[in-house]
Amino acid sequence: MSVALTIAGYALQEAVRRRVFAVVLGLTALFIALYALGVWQVFRRLADIQPPVGIEPRPFAGATIFGLSMFATMFLGVVLGVFLTLGVVQGDAERGLLQPLLVRPVTRMELLLGRLAAAAAVCIVYVACVYTALMLVTGLIGDWWPDRIALPAVELAVGVIWVAAVSLLGSVYLSGTANGIAVFIVFGAGLVAGLLGSIGEALGSGTLKTASRVVSWVLPFEALYQDALHLITDQTAGFTGVILRLGPFGGAHDAGPLLGVWVAGYLVVVVVLALAGFARRDL
Amino acid sequence: MPAALSVMGLEKQYDGVQALQGVDLEVATGELVGLLGPNGAGKSTLVKIACGLVRPTKGAAAINGTPPTAARARRDLGYLAELFRFPGWYSADELLALHQRLAHSAGGPSERAELLDLVGLEDATDRKIDTMSKGMQQRLGLAQALIGAPSLLLLDEPTSALDPAGRRTVRNLLEELRKRGVAVLLNSHLLSEVELVCDRVAIISRGRLVAEGAPHDLTQSRGVEIETETGREVHPHATREDVPRLVTDLVNSGHSIYEVRVLRTTLEESYLEAVEGDQP
Repeated sequence: MSVALTIAGYALQEAVRRRVFAVVLGLTALFIALYALGVWQVFRRLADIQPPVGIEPRPFAGATIFGLSMFATMFLGVVLGVFLTLGVVQGDAERGLLQPLLVRPVTRMELLLGRLAAAAAVCIVYVACVYTALMLVTGLIGDWWPDRIALPAVELAVGVIWVAAVSLLGSVYLSGTANGIAVFIVFGAGLVAGLLGSIGEALGSGTLKTASRVVSWVLPFEALYQDALHLITDQTAGFTGVILRLGPFGGAHDAGPLLGVWVAGYLVVVVVLALAGFARRDL
Repeated sequence: MPAALSVMGLEKQYDGVQALQGVDLEVATGELVGLLGPNGAGKSTLVKIACGLVRPTKGAAAINGTPPTAARARRDLGYLAELFRFPGWYSADELLALHQRLAHSAGGPSERAELLDLVGLEDATDRKIDTMSKGMQQRLGLAQALIGAPSLLLLDEPTSALDPAGRRTVRNLLEELRKRGVAVLLNSHLLSEVELVCDRVAIISRGRLVAEGAPHDLTQSRGVEIETETGREVHPHATREDVPRLVTDLVNSGHSIYEVRVLRTTLEESYLEAVEGDQP
């Protein structure tokens, strides 16, 4: 365990020394400032807007813009998680960084779990901070607060960790660049599935809805995102609630209690596959 | 007492290429063995199997009687890869501290200072690896390999980036390690270096061990060369034992002797003979 922590510390130190955090913090601050400008503009003009009958403008505007910001939070978290994990095995082995570590009394499992723990810790803190900052911006400027506060953030963070774990698995077999491309294509496929679901919902197409549902569970970050969208408005009633649940980038959808079990099991399978692949790799 | 390193019937196949074809080799405690062979002969594969980075297709390796992937074997092992890189953002001292934690070494700052001094980097303690020359990084790699006082050192081309002074430092270091009872497997293309420091040499060609023995045993007598006032004369069948008789005969016949040399083939010649003799 102490070796895994040493490896996690090494990974975090790498991110700090390579100024990953400095760049991420700087760009995230810029993103939050732009978001604040957008929120301010939307709510400043809210009084001028004549919404359709049955739609309450404040919850509609707040949930929509905050839902979009949740997508951005997850996307930025995924970028961070993927860049922290995409070269852990093949990439570092090709650069000759891995071999000096693995001839120490360090098991491959400790190395992999240490790197995943470091990436997960960074992603959790990042998603929690950005989510909180965006929620405060929306609430303080627009006087709109999500119906559920903590659980959507947890779901976004878990979605990001799942993608980071897939990136770790990919790093066992692919070089850094190939792995990065593959993981972002997988991420894009999830988003497309969400969009198809929204289109299916609007058209009443059962096939599209089913396809979207299946893909969102195969790529569960999408199901987590849809459930998180659902949670921020789950107590918003009436036509406003119905419209909001169509949601941006994939309709809000109550995934039910099995989602947590599914994602936990899925994560275990991904990590076990990574460990099994790594154990058989020649370096 | 088990050998510091033993490999038995080692075979390795990579995607249809037979890198090793049943190699047996032992390195005894405190012994310095040179591993020679042309590019692609399987030397690095053998070293990587010995330190658990590559899995053999057949056969086994053991460090002090323990499989190389076991934690106990890893604690007894120091390794410097042929192609290695250390995180450039670390200082020399920080890198060694990381390896101390991973190797469970309780040596602390004194061990780090001693090792940096041993490889001639005593003034580079706080220097970032990014700013070091390749030669300095190779010296640091040697210091890193010595963390935790290993009983077996596997060195894969440890002097490839060093200048002559750096090579001498490494030679002195190897001599010092031998005095301390550390076993060393030295994979190198520099035959002169191997000849100077190694107790024994193993030559690998096309994945097979084709020659093995002390450097002196691998070379052959080429006669005796004697320089007199009439010039140099080679006695091709003479040996060291014949020198007193030859000199006496020449002096008795009125010649003046300026120089006498016992000629032997070089390790390079023996190496080329062994490797070329193995070609299909």
